[in-house]
This record gives sequence, structure tokens and C-alpha cells, in this order.
Amino acid sequence: MSTRVSAAPVKETAAGVPAPGAPAALEVRGLVKDFSSGGLFSRASVRALGGVDLAIRKGEIVALVGESGSGKSTLARCIARLEKPTAGQILLNGTDVLKRDRFQASREYRSQLQMVFQDPFGSLNPVHRIEHFLTRPLTLHGKAGTPDQLRTRLDGLMTTVGLTPDMLNSYPHELSGGQRQRVAIARALAVEPDVILADEPTSMLDVSVRIGILNLMRQLRDEKGISMLYITHDLASARYLADRIAVMFAGELVEEGESLDLLANPAHPYTRLLVSAVPDPARTGSYDPRERAALRAAVMESASCVFEGDAEQRCSATEPVRHRVGDPANGHWVRCHLYRPPATAASHALSAEPLEPGPLEPGPLEPEPLDTSPTDGSRTEDKASA
Amino acid sequence: MTVSQTSFGSHQPVLEITDLTVKYRGDTRSTTAVDRVSFSIGTGEIFGLAGESGCGKSTIANAVMRLLRDPAEIAGGSIRFGGRDVLAMGPEELRRFRWQDVAMVFQSAMNSLNPVMTIGDQIVDIYTTHAGYTRKESLRRAAELLELVRIDPARLRSYPHQLSGGMRQRAVIAMAVALKPSLLILDEPTTALDVVVQQEIMAQIKELQHQLGFSVLFITHDMSLMVELSHRMAVMYGGRIVETAKARDIHAAPLHPYTQALMGAFPPLTGPRVPLTGLADGVRFSNIADLQEASPGHFVSPLPVLQGAQ
Repeated sequence: MSTRVSAAPVKETAAGVPAPGAPAALEVRGLVKDFSSGGLFSRASVRALGGVDLAIRKGEIVALVGESGSGKSTLARCIARLEKPTAGQILLNGTDVLKRDRFQASREYRSQLQMVFQDPFGSLNPVHRIEHFLTRPLTLHGKAGTPDQLRTRLDGLMTTVGLTPDMLNSYPHELSGGQRQRVAIARALAVEPDVILADEPTSMLDVSVRIGILNLMRQLRDEKGISMLYITHDLASARYLADRIAVMFAGELVEEGESLDLLANPAHPYTRLLVSAVPDPARTGSYDPRERAALRAAVMESASCVFEGDAEQRCSATEPVRHRVGDPANGHWVRCHLYRPPATAASHALSAEPLEPGPLEPGPLEPEPLDTSPTDGSRTEDKASA
Repeated sequence: MTVSQTSFGSHQPVLEITDLTVKYRGDTRSTTAVDRVSFSIGTGEIFGLAGESGCGKSTIANAVMRLLRDPAEIAGGSIRFGGRDVLAMGPEELRRFRWQDVAMVFQSAMNSLNPVMTIGDQIVDIYTTHAGYTRKESLRRAAELLELVRIDPARLRSYPHQLSGGMRQRAVIAMAVALKPSLLILDEPTTALDVVVQQEIMAQIKELQHQLGFSVLFITHDMSLMVELSHRMAVMYGGRIVETAKARDIHAAPLHPYTQALMGAFPPLTGPRVPLTGLADGVRFSNIADLQEASPGHFVSPLPVLQGAQ
């Protein structure tokens, strides 16, 4: 295994992104998912997805970011046909798969779209050898061929994901987390899909091997032209891997654009909240509760739209309007701030902190002295400024 | 980023670990999980311990709390807390030492709450057991404690499953500071939480630390988080410390190849996209030598022998 990254590995600009006119490999139109809540006879429901429109072009990596509970995994589960959407369309290479296979995903659909799951420790059956995981999809989809052809294919798959063919005889427990995730990717690749859905594929892995998995995903896109939906809450890795980033808030997309542009000029206050939450030692200004409180207020009760008065881009408080941000080439749009999805109480970014943080007065818990002398606040301040 | 970057080196150390060695003894062979590790934490200092899973960082935390059970065994070295020898403490002294002097927030703190007791009862439990307060007094203090971490005191009557992950984590942190310990050990306090909650928890810890002035031993594998929060930090690999310095210095100029690999594993949020490599599978460092001072306050293990694929 020499270099994981090919010679011209990471495209600097939008050059690697397929042209805007390129056909969509996967397109989601107005996808709605309601979960019923309450008892058996209750009609109450929770809207997890409120009309999502998203397109992934051929050979494009789109990252879907948002905090937990924002609905990004529900979207992936709907696309993978693990959940039945309440309304909307899922088009794969132009075919509405919800109409074609009404009740569950067909084998044809599975051969076009594959998933890589979060936990490589749970997604590989411990009683089987690695060979089994790769042989099975090939057999099921009739791609196994003769034993010799099968062997060649298995070896090829292992090499593609940066493993050695002799690992085919290993059991999952003999591999490290990163190697297991590579096996999971090889399994998804076995049926030669057009689209791979990767739901937090690196969050369970050790930091030192995460970047290797991201590089592998990018390399597969570059070499095989596979489209990917990369679901994560790690903005930095989304920026590193994806061509475009879509931000999800309360079950709806609020902003989308070319990765670097979106993170450099986040337009929606919710996106800015997410960006400000990422630990970044290189950032000069530290966490500023006041600024965050202002952003939260902007998400929750926006009074004005920055595009107000722009004749070309009208805004609306009742329907989702997409405003274009900056250079049209970046395809960067933001949802009108006036209109916002009905945020539920589950949204951490908005509810967890108090809206008006102030200097904390020494609480009633303070008085008793500690065993050792407590830090003198003023002294530390002095030292810091010195 | 003001207080956190100051050096606290001149202060009286709260915790002093010297040449700590911990072994896991098996029937046929034993593994050295922590190998001659030394560091100290000053009063009010946040000390970070970074490294990937299996490098021994949690074992150190458990050793400080004297929580190690068979087959783990402290094979050498000393742990001194405020001048007292932790390894020589008797059962009664140890009972008071834990939670009153040193409290710990565990890796899966969200799941370390008792699911069949209300939050209030669990906090009251701490006060009645360790501080000997009456139930009424304990309840009053429990309410204050929740307010400190910005949870509505009405939540005292809630069960853990009724709280969100972030709230549960904050409740656990509140419980850890209940007796105002002088050292708080945080073992991966934000793993399994998403970025927004993680950032709130870290802000909370910083604020509490500022108010109550405790020292922190902060264990994580997230280097960006660690650099943001810690004053000084150490990077561990295979049971040994390979590099230790002020967090800012390590961030600016990591010297050891392993530290560099860890740093390189985090894509930046700004600037052009550059390919990162992280640590290739199969690269192993062995025979990590003792630390040497590279520049004032910056210690690094001399370049190790590289084995395996590059």
C-alpha cells in the first residue's frame, strides 16, 4: 500500500465537481417523513423530514451535515429504503424508485445503491471470514462467475480498498477498526454501485486512521466515478472530502453550496452556529457566548432577511425561498431567514444554552474554600495579558 | 483563548506522577499498558493527555483514582496528590480521597447514571454519603448544583432517560464537582456527542473551572479540542509519553512523528484543501526513549525506530 492519495488528489477548487449540467445520479424531491408518536390509536406524529430536495450528480460527493436529531440519518434511511417515506420522490438515474419498487427495495436498486454504516464493529458478522462478506453480495447479484473469476474479483476488491488479499481469510476481530471499515467499503463496492450512502463512516474510528478512510472514499470517487452522500456532523471532514455541503436543520435543508465557499461564507445563522462550534486551534477568536446567543436568536425569531429589498431575490415568511449567495458558479444558496422550519425542542444548538449569558456571579455553591488554594481569577487574567 | 494558554508551571503541583508503570498480567504473558510515565498538574491547570485507544491514557486515570482491578497491577512509580502518597492510602482514606479530592467523569458518562433513580436522588446520595448533610439540605444543594450547569432544578425529579444526551453529560459533570474536588479527571467527556453539544460541554467545564479553580486532567483523542482547552498537554503512544509541552507549542510545532500524524489527522476549517495522510496502517513505533528537552518546556522523545510500511 503505497500512497492512498493519487497524484492530483484533492482538487483545489470546483474543478473536480462535475459540471452543473451533469445528470443527477440520485435525486430526492420533496421527501417527507412523519413518524407517528403516542399510542396505537393516536394520530399524533412528528415530522422528521419536511420536504427535502437534494440532488447528487454523477461522480460527486455531497456531505449532509447537521446536529443529531436534525434528520440527516432519517434521510439516509429513507433513501436506502429502510424507512418508507410519507411523501416525495426518490430518483435514481432518473427512475422514480418509490413507484418502481413500491414496498421494499428491489435487488436492482441494491445493486445501484449501497450503504456504509457507522459501526464497523457491529456491521460485520463475527462468525464469518472476510471472504464471506465480499462473496455474498457477488453471489446474490449474480456477479460471482467462475471460482477463478471470483478469486480475482475478491483480490481486486481488497487491493482497491488498500488491504492485502491474504486478509480474506481473517475474521473481523483480527482486524483493526480502520481495516474493518475498509472491508465494509469493499462489501459496498462489490456490486459496483453508482451511489454509496456513508452514514458517519469515520466517527467510530481512531483519529489516526480516519483520514485514511476519507482519502479512500475520495479515491473511489476519482477512479470509479461513484457518487456519494457523506453524512456527518464533523464539518472539517465534510470540507475535506465533499464537493458540496448541504446543511440540515429540523428536517429541512437550509443552506447548500460548494464546500470551501459554504464554510468560508456561511450565510444561514444556523450554519454559522455549527461552524462556530467546531474546535479549531487555528481560529483566533474563541467561543463567544454573546455572538452565539445572537445567532440563535436569528435562527429562532428572524425579523428581517438580508435579501430584503433585492428585486431579483424576493423573500417570504411563509414558504421556503432559496436565495443565491455569491458567485453563481458555486451553487451556493441559503434558505430565507424569515421562513424557518418548525424547530422542535430537540434542537441542541438552539435550546441548550441560555439566551442571555452574562458574567456568572459567584454562585451559592462557591463559599467553602477548597483543600488547596483556588485559582485567583485576576492573577490568571494578568498572566494571560502579559 | 486567554486563560487557557498561560503556563502554570510555577504553581504547587496538585498531582505528581513519577515513573508510573502499570502492567496487565495474563497467565502466559503480561502487557505493560503504562510505561514509566511522569507528569505533574499544577493548581488550576488543565492538563491534556492525548493518544489513540489502547495507548494507556485511561489506565493512568484509573490508576490515579486507584480503580485498577486484577489483572492490572501498578508495577512501579509513585502517584502523589497534594503531598500525599495515593498508592499508600488505606481503604477509609481512599474513600474520602475519591470524589472529595479527585472526581472523575467517565468515558460513557451519559450511561453512568443509574436509570432507576431520579437525578435528584443520585445527587442527594453524594451529599448524604460523603458530606453527611441531611436530605433536605442535600436537596437544596442539589438544586444549586443543577443551576450551576444550567439545568432547570425542576429536573431533579427527572429520570436519566428523560434528559437529552448533553443534559445527562452536564448532570454528570455537576455531580463530579458536587464536593468541590481539587482535581477533576475527564475521560473523553464528549465522545458520542455531536459538535454543538460538545462545545457547550467544554464551555461549561471551562466556566466551572474558572469559578471553582480545580485542576483538570483531560483525556481525549481529539487534538483540536485538546489544544483549545488545555494549558499543557502530553501525547501518549504505546504506554509512553512521546511529547509534552504547552498545548500551543505542540500545536504550532509538533516534533515527534506520531504527534505530527495525530495533528495531520484533523482537516482544517480554513485555508486551501491539502491532502492529509494521518498515520498509515502498520506504522509502529517501538523502544520509545525517555523524553529530552528540545526547547524550554518542550520535551520530546528522540526520534524512534520506524518499523513496518511507511
